[in-house]
Amino acid sequence: MKPRHKRIAMITGGLAALGAAAAFVLAAFQENLVFFFTPTQVEAKEAPQGRAFRIGGMVVPGSVKRQADGVTVQFVVTDTAKNVPVVYQGILPDLFREGKGVVTQGKLGGDGVFYASEVLAKHDENYMPPAAADAIKQAQSVNAQSINEKATHTLVGGGK
Amino acid sequence: MIPELGQLALALALSLALAQGLLGLVGAARGDNVWMAATRPAARGQFVFVAIAFACLTSSFVANDFSVAYVVSNSNSALPLQYRIAGVWGGHEGSMLLWVLMLSVWTLGVTLFSRHLPQEMVARVLGVMGLVSVGFLLFILFTSNPFLRLFPAAPDGRDLNPLLQDPGMVMHPPMLYMGYVGFSIAFAFAVAALLSGRLDAAWARWSRPWTTAAWCFLTVGIALGSGWAYYELGWGGWWFWDPVENASFMPWLIGTGLIHSLAVTEKRGAFRSWTVLLAILAFALSLLGTFLVRSGVLTSVHAFATDPTRGIFILALLALVIGGSLLLYVWRAPKIGLGGGFEPLSRESFLLANNVIFAAAAGSVLLGTLYPLALDASGLGKISVGPPYFETVFVPLMAPALFLMGVGPLARWKQASLPDLVSRLRWALAAAVLAALALPFAMGRWGALVAMGLLLAAWVAASGFMQLYEKVRNAAGGVSAWTRLRSVPRATYGMLLAHFGVAVFVVGVTMVKGYESEKDVRMEPGDTVELGGYTFRFDGVRDVTGPNYVAGRARIAVSRSGSPVTTLYPEKRIYRVQNMPMTEAAIDTGFTRDLYVSLGDAVSDSAWVVRVHHKPFIDWIWGGCLLMALGGALAASDRRYRLAARRPQEQYAASPAR
Repeated sequence: MKPRHKRIAMITGGLAALGAAAAFVLAAFQENLVFFFTPTQVEAKEAPQGRAFRIGGMVVPGSVKRQADGVTVQFVVTDTAKNVPVVYQGILPDLFREGKGVVTQGKLGGDGVFYASEVLAKHDENYMPPAAADAIKQAQSVNAQSINEKATHTLVGGGK
Repeated sequence: MIPELGQLALALALSLALAQGLLGLVGAARGDNVWMAATRPAARGQFVFVAIAFACLTSSFVANDFSVAYVVSNSNSALPLQYRIAGVWGGHEGSMLLWVLMLSVWTLGVTLFSRHLPQEMVARVLGVMGLVSVGFLLFILFTSNPFLRLFPAAPDGRDLNPLLQDPGMVMHPPMLYMGYVGFSIAFAFAVAALLSGRLDAAWARWSRPWTTAAWCFLTVGIALGSGWAYYELGWGGWWFWDPVENASFMPWLIGTGLIHSLAVTEKRGAFRSWTVLLAILAFALSLLGTFLVRSGVLTSVHAFATDPTRGIFILALLALVIGGSLLLYVWRAPKIGLGGGFEPLSRESFLLANNVIFAAAAGSVLLGTLYPLALDASGLGKISVGPPYFETVFVPLMAPALFLMGVGPLARWKQASLPDLVSRLRWALAAAVLAALALPFAMGRWGALVAMGLLLAAWVAASGFMQLYEKVRNAAGGVSAWTRLRSVPRATYGMLLAHFGVAVFVVGVTMVKGYESEKDVRMEPGDTVELGGYTFRFDGVRDVTGPNYVAGRARIAVSRSGSPVTTLYPEKRIYRVQNMPMTEAAIDTGFTRDLYVSLGDAVSDSAWVVRVHHKPFIDWIWGGCLLMALGGALAASDRRYRLAARRPQEQYAASPAR
């Protein structure tokens, strides 16, 4: 092979390898994206069945119940308009509290219960996960324009 | 008084940095020797004033001066002294000051160890670093002044975030920033080369030790952060692919590519434009990392403050530095040339493949980190990209890199021969296959991924030993093996040690992924749970009091087939000032396994939820990182860099690259 041909072959090979790598990365990316839904969207059946996604909102006060085995926990996540019951097995994060913001990842069961594989509550007492705050804001702007506005403000404003 | 002194020192540092930048760049452009000569003292003066400012802030912390707003947000009178000092970089303003301090330390280093460099080069390098410093000092003075007073003074501070009250966290930010900022030297050398249009082997030899040193600090910094997350967050994980972690990992990946590409530029004069591009990218990603963590765009442990003016300022700085240097690159890079040619099978090709893989890896991390942010910012919806994506991408990307690691160092420059490589590496291959087949059985379960991980780790380690063996065997006859070993340059040992560190790291990751186990259980006092051949007995929880927290401390006795192994005391703490709960895991560290116990919630008066982990070989992960960093330090201290220093002028003149 002439040097010029060799160089062309090398460049072609390199580009092919790079293209294959890029295609592979993008496919993996597409496959592992986790989308976020609000409880209102879950209620409206916009969330996928059988694929993991995240929901966010506030833990309804008084909804946290522990089953007899001690490690299975049930609670309800709300965006103030709609509620989603959640079941989780394991240790909850330190800052998981009733009445506080939470984001959780898992799959929706046929029974309408969200089976969480991960519960995220961030490490700051006053912190509301932005996703959770947004979910509440969205629900409230649709729902009640006048009465709840002040309540929203205090609720969401607490996260800043 | 002291805070005002600190602020004055910062303002003086800013004016000196400006002088350093302008005198250096304009002086070099005009060929004005007096101007160029003035950059060194300006840089040293800048270091002195930044150091004074930093000392002022530290003294405010030590003296519990609660009239300073930043001290109030990050300290408390009950906080132990070491954490009051660490509190200096516990928040946004102080960590920016730390960033600038690191930059001025590296700049001071350049002024001290650059006697042998041509004056024009030194002036340009210091000039570029001075301008970077100007940007950050302006940022501190105008958007995040740590010396702001509070009227009236607060009675006490709001305490340092309890998560940061930990020895690992004391060292993590300084190490990480040393790494980030260290890449500014490689960047400054690259820009200087673009400006002067001269880029040759001597240039690569000058920037190599600096780049390697920065890479070592970054490696240690990332390892410390990972270790901290492991024992402090209480989840038992060592890497979460959190955007904050990714922010430090991207410059590391590009930096790793850069140190390998610099090797080719130094030895063979090839890959010149590519090396310069990597140097620019490594620093750009360091800046991006600082921006991601410090601007509040991420919603994570590190993003305490959310203030859009800061974000916009850093974004503008980022655009200026990255955009400016890339424009300069596009304009000047064609002058630099490509360098010597090579055959498809040669050490250059192997190193090129390494570079492509590391660049692709960095690109995939960038995609997974920035795409969700971009989507969110443009209002197109919220998504997250978790560990599954990164794991799917990294295993197939890194496996070929590990394979090449075994071959590359043995291959000849310019043209290698395949039969020759095969015959030299056949024993290494045999050892690797044997390890992959046998070791998983010794662990009790054979799995394809585990076998592949061990195959690659053993391959890297065995081929390293082959390299060492060849050095001893091939040296001139009549000398003892010891003399031959001593004649091997330190840089080679550094490379071997760092590659061996990679093998150790891979063993750690493979074993943890393949054989770790965990259980969440509800335990009454006296209950036991079995895991990984160990028996954990829960002996109840009692209350203890720390300097600034109260805690429930459990006693867990661990035994193995009846004989006691250790007793672990995990805690559930409540930090009083912020009323913040914290899980403090208890870990029994061992060479071949960690036992890790963390305490969940109390489910009744006496029963608690307890999580126990068995983590085989997990400490090898950080041990491997440490070996990599040590190897890098060894390589950076090679006397070749200092010897060559004595006669660089004629070399520089003798190798025209225009």
